[in-house]
Amino acid sequence: MAVPAELKYSRSHEWVRVEGDTALVGITDHAQAELGDITYLELPETGRMLAEDEIFGTVESVKAVSDLYSPLSGEVVEVNSEITDAAETINQDAYGAGWMIRIKMSNPEELDHLLSAEQYEQLIRE
Amino acid sequence: MTEQTLKRTPLYETHKRLKSRLVPFAGWEMPVQYSGILEESRAVRNAVGLFDISHMGRVHIYGKGALALLQSVTSNNVDALGPGQAQYSLLTNPSGGIIDDIIVYRKDQEDFLVVINASNTDKDLRWIRVHAPDTVTMEDHTEQTSMIAVQGPAAPQIVSQMAGEDLLSVPRFGFRKASLFGQPATLCRTGYTGEDGFEIIVPAAASEAVWNRLMESGGVPCGLGARDALRIEAGYPLYGHEIDDSTSPVEAGLMWVVKPEKGDFIGKEAILALQERGASRRLMGLVLQERIAPRQGYTLYVEDREVGVVTSGVFSPTIQKGIGMGYIASPHAKAGGTVLLSVRNQMLPAKVVAKKSLIGR
Repeated sequence: MAVPAELKYSRSHEWVRVEGDTALVGITDHAQAELGDITYLELPETGRMLAEDEIFGTVESVKAVSDLYSPLSGEVVEVNSEITDAAETINQDAYGAGWMIRIKMSNPEELDHLLSAEQYEQLIRE
Repeated sequence: MTEQTLKRTPLYETHKRLKSRLVPFAGWEMPVQYSGILEESRAVRNAVGLFDISHMGRVHIYGKGALALLQSVTSNNVDALGPGQAQYSLLTNPSGGIIDDIIVYRKDQEDFLVVINASNTDKDLRWIRVHAPDTVTMEDHTEQTSMIAVQGPAAPQIVSQMAGEDLLSVPRFGFRKASLFGQPATLCRTGYTGEDGFEIIVPAAASEAVWNRLMESGGVPCGLGARDALRIEAGYPLYGHEIDDSTSPVEAGLMWVVKPEKGDFIGKEAILALQERGASRRLMGLVLQERIAPRQGYTLYVEDREVGVVTSGVFSPTIQKGIGMGYIASPHAKAGGTVLLSVRNQMLPAKVVAKKSLIGR
């Protein structure tokens, strides 16, 4: 399973890519593999204010439903609308075209609560 | 369950080699998927898929009184079977509930094979044994044999090729003996996917050779995930979802395997009494207009009244919509009607259909 070194990770299997004062969020390669074929996705509207660990959406696979948790607090400034009609993109490219939302961070110190690639690899090995 | 060691089928190493995702299921370590549920399901609908179902209980029941025993513990008419014929049936309890759904294979006058759900094997064996006379022998062959389901339009052809004989003449629910790789095999024209196909029982030692040969002939390895999606599409019940010890065949739409005219059987009076007064709920199929799937436990409404509950649901690989089954209060359990499915914070209309027409085939 790919775990890019430059990203941060949540224990609930979201990844974070910091770009200036914003953060791009998606789910990890490990998460998409565990879910299997992703068939449906619900994402928030732009402008929504999220708290750290708040549910921001839902992902359905053939077999199961999972909540998505925001790794950071802030405002949703961009939503990847291309994948809501093509949820399988997440299976194909979890760290690229499968990104979900961009958050304008209101408390960048929360980044310290996230795992490094090394720590996340440890987590999914357990 | 987590404290116990999981059992492994004779094909365990094969599943590992094929990089399937293995999960605990009914006390067994089983493949839930190989390439993906969608791809595997499509293979079964369009060509042929292979399933390791060795975890299912296989019990031989034979000796003087075996027929009478099975007549008394099952709901279908076992004596309607000739040698080489099988039937879907139910083990029912005195209150008319369903202990398990099973397949009974008649090998000879007083010689039967019964295939039961893995999760119920111990319970079923205890139940049948309690009612068995001393003259009847029950042998659990689950662990020394393997069972492989070959399902899909191309299944009869590849099984015929492997067996070296034309099996197209074997009727649905018929079975015959064969020799595969020098081992005695039973080839049954049964399955639980809604497709044509065979279920093959072979000694454990031959299972890998059979599996590999079927893969070489184009059989796509499929896991329990695809098996569940396909059986929901076909409207087939699963113990623990649509049926259990407290559900009646009257509610579950399974009266076609209840044959009161055969004579007495355990649960008959309770089942007939419920049929007479009418069930308050019925198992129906549900089809959504979108890709959101109903899931077990979701509530169904008409206007703002709760009228039912979802028992199984899945994203249908065939029609690419959410589908499922659920119990609906009888006045609303009519094909052609609409109920509302509560999903997260929305109410979505779900079309009520007969179970067998979930994917409109």
